[in-house]
Amino acid sequence: MQPKADIAVSAGGRARRAVLEATGVTKSYVLDEIQVNALCGVDLSVHDGEMMAIMGPSGSGKSTLMHIVGLLDRPTTGSVRVEGEEVSHMSPNELAAVRNRRIGFVFQAFNLLARTSATANVELPLVYAGVSGAERSRRARAALELVGLGDRVSHLPNQLSGGQQQRVAIARALVTEPSIVLADEPTGNLDSRSGIEVMTILQELNDNGITVVLVTHDDAVARHAERIVHLSDGVIVREEMVDARVLAANRLAALGETGR
Amino acid sequence: MNLAESLRIALRALSANKIRSALTMLGVIIGVSAVILLVAIGTGVQDEVTGSIEGLGSNLVFAFPGNFEEGPSGGGPGGGITKQFNLDDADLVSRRLSPDDLVVPVLQGAAVVKAGNRELRTTLAAANEFGDEVFAADYLGGRGYRRSEVTAASRVVVIGSRIRDELFAFQDPVGRQIDVNGQRFTVIGHLVAQGGSLTGDQDNQIYIPVTAAQRILGTSDISSIVVKVGDPARIEIVRNQIRSALRPRFGSEFSVFTQEQTLGILSQLLGTLTVMLAGIAGISLLVGGIGIMNIMLVSVSERTREIGIRKAVGAKTYDIMSQFVIEAVLLSVAGGMVGIALGWAGALALRPFVPTEVTGWAVTLAFTFSAAVGVFFGVYPAYRASMLDPIEALRYE
Repeated sequence: MQPKADIAVSAGGRARRAVLEATGVTKSYVLDEIQVNALCGVDLSVHDGEMMAIMGPSGSGKSTLMHIVGLLDRPTTGSVRVEGEEVSHMSPNELAAVRNRRIGFVFQAFNLLARTSATANVELPLVYAGVSGAERSRRARAALELVGLGDRVSHLPNQLSGGQQQRVAIARALVTEPSIVLADEPTGNLDSRSGIEVMTILQELNDNGITVVLVTHDDAVARHAERIVHLSDGVIVREEMVDARVLAANRLAALGETGR
Repeated sequence: MNLAESLRIALRALSANKIRSALTMLGVIIGVSAVILLVAIGTGVQDEVTGSIEGLGSNLVFAFPGNFEEGPSGGGPGGGITKQFNLDDADLVSRRLSPDDLVVPVLQGAAVVKAGNRELRTTLAAANEFGDEVFAADYLGGRGYRRSEVTAASRVVVIGSRIRDELFAFQDPVGRQIDVNGQRFTVIGHLVAQGGSLTGDQDNQIYIPVTAAQRILGTSDISSIVVKVGDPARIEIVRNQIRSALRPRFGSEFSVFTQEQTLGILSQLLGTLTVMLAGIAGISLLVGGIGIMNIMLVSVSERTREIGIRKAVGAKTYDIMSQFVIEAVLLSVAGGMVGIALGWAGALALRPFVPTEVTGWAVTLAFTFSAAVGVFFGVYPAYRASMLDPIEALRYE
C-alpha cells in the first residue's frame, strides 16, 4: 500500500501543470421539449500524471462531462483546454486530430471493431495518425505486450474474453502515447476478476506516468484513484483525496495467480 | 490516411459481408453484361449486314417502286405503293444503258416446295440470267438458268443448301424433281452454304427464272430492278439514266439508290438500333447503381457504431467519406469487371446464332459508367456517414 504522503507530494508537485482543464462548463439539451441541464457550471482540472476518478450516480452528468473533456461532445458554455490549448473553437476535424494524438478512450462496452484482429484494432488510431504500416504493427504489438496480450495479437474480438477485449481497448488507447487516458466504467461489463485485472493495468500505466481519468458510479472502482471528484445533478459537490487507495495488483495476488 | 489504407478497410468490410456484396454487385454485373452483350449484337449485326451488302460489290444500283427519296411529302411508303414495276420497265432501263451494265428484274415471293413426302415453306427469289453474276451466286454443283430458260419461263430451279439438305438428305439434287407451289420444277443447281445471315437466309431460298416466278405467283409485276454497273465511275450517270427511263410511266413514284446510299441508310438505322439497345441496357446499370446506394445506406446505419469508434480514435470527415465511397466504387468496379467478362463470354457463346462483335468502346463505356455509378451513388451514403456525430454514433445500438 502506497503511503499517503507520496500522493500528496506528487499531486501537489504537479498542481500547476494541468493536462486537462474545464472551466465553467455547462451542457444543456432539449429532450421531448423539456430542457435538461446535464452540467451546470463545472470546473475541473486534471493534473499531469495523476489518477483521478469522476464519480456520481447515473444521471449526475459524469458521462456528459467525460465526453466533453474527451472532445467527443461540445459544452454549451465554458471552455476546455487540453495541455493549455483551448479547443472550444476547433472544427470537427481539428478535434479529431487532438483526440487522435492526445486522448485515449476506454469504454464500458469495449467498442472494438468486430471481425477485426486485436492488432488491427490497436493500430486504428495510428492509421488515422498517418503512421506507416510496419511502424504501426510494431507499436501495436508493443502496446498489446504491455497489457499482457502478446500471445493474442491476431485474435478477433469474439475469440477473446471480456477482460481481454477491454485490455485490447486499453492498448488501443495507449498506442498513440496520449497525454491522458479516459476510462468510462472500464469494469462495468466485466466479471470481478477481469475487472481487477483491468484496474491493475490502469494503475500500472499510471505508475509509468500516464494520466488516467476514471468515470464510475462504483465507489470500489473509484477508490483505485488518488483523487475522487463527486458529481451530482451536474455540479461537483465534493472532492476527496483517497487515503487508502486500493491497489488492484494486491487484490489480484490475493486471488492467486491462475493465468491472466 | 492514404488511399491504400482506405482500400484495405473497404476490402475488409466487403469481404465481411460476402453474400451481400455479391448480391449488390449482381445489379451492376447484369447491367454491364447487358450493355456489352446488346452492343455486341448490335455491332455484329451491323457489320454482317453491311458486310454482306459490300460483298456484292460497290457498283450496284437498285430501283424500287414508291418514292423513298423525298420523305413523307413525296407520297412514299405511307401513301401506298400503287404501281409496281414489270418486265417491260426492266427492258426500258436496259435499253438506256450500255451492254456492260447488267439489268436484273427481281421478284420475291412465298413458296411451298415439295419433294416426295417432304414439304417446306420457303421464299423464292427470281431473276434473269444475270442474277448469278450480280448477286455473286456460289455453286456447289449444277448450273444456273440460261437466257433461253428465262425467255421460255422454264421450270428450272436452283436451291439453297438448307433446302437441299432437308429435301434430299445431302444427296446430289441435280436432275431431281420438286414441286414449287404445285408446279413441277427440275433442279439444275445447288449453292454453297452461306451461313446465317440477317439480310435473308440465302441457304433457305430457291432461285427460279423471273418469268416462271410470275406464272406460279400469278402476277406480271416484279419487286425491283437491280443494275450492276460495268464501269464504277459511271454509277451516277447510270442512276440518272434509270430515272429518265422510269419517269414517263411512274412520275416520281419510284426510287433509285446506289449501293453506297443503301449502305449508308442501313448503317444509320442499325447504328441507331445499337445505341437504343445500349440505352435500354444502361437503364439496368442505373438500377444496379441504385442497389449500391441502397446497400451503402444500410451499411452506414448498420455500422454507425463503427463510425463512432473510428471518429473517437481520430478519423476525420474525409477518412470516413473516402472509406465508404471507395467501398461503393469497389463494388461497382468489381461488378463492372465481372459484367464485362460475362457479357463477353455471352457474346462469344451467341456467335453460332447471332453475329456479335465486342467493341473496345462498349467495354470502355460500360466500365467507365459502372465506376461512375459507384461514385455517384456512393457519395450520398458516405456523406451521411462522415457527418455523424461521434457521440451519437457511439451510443447507437
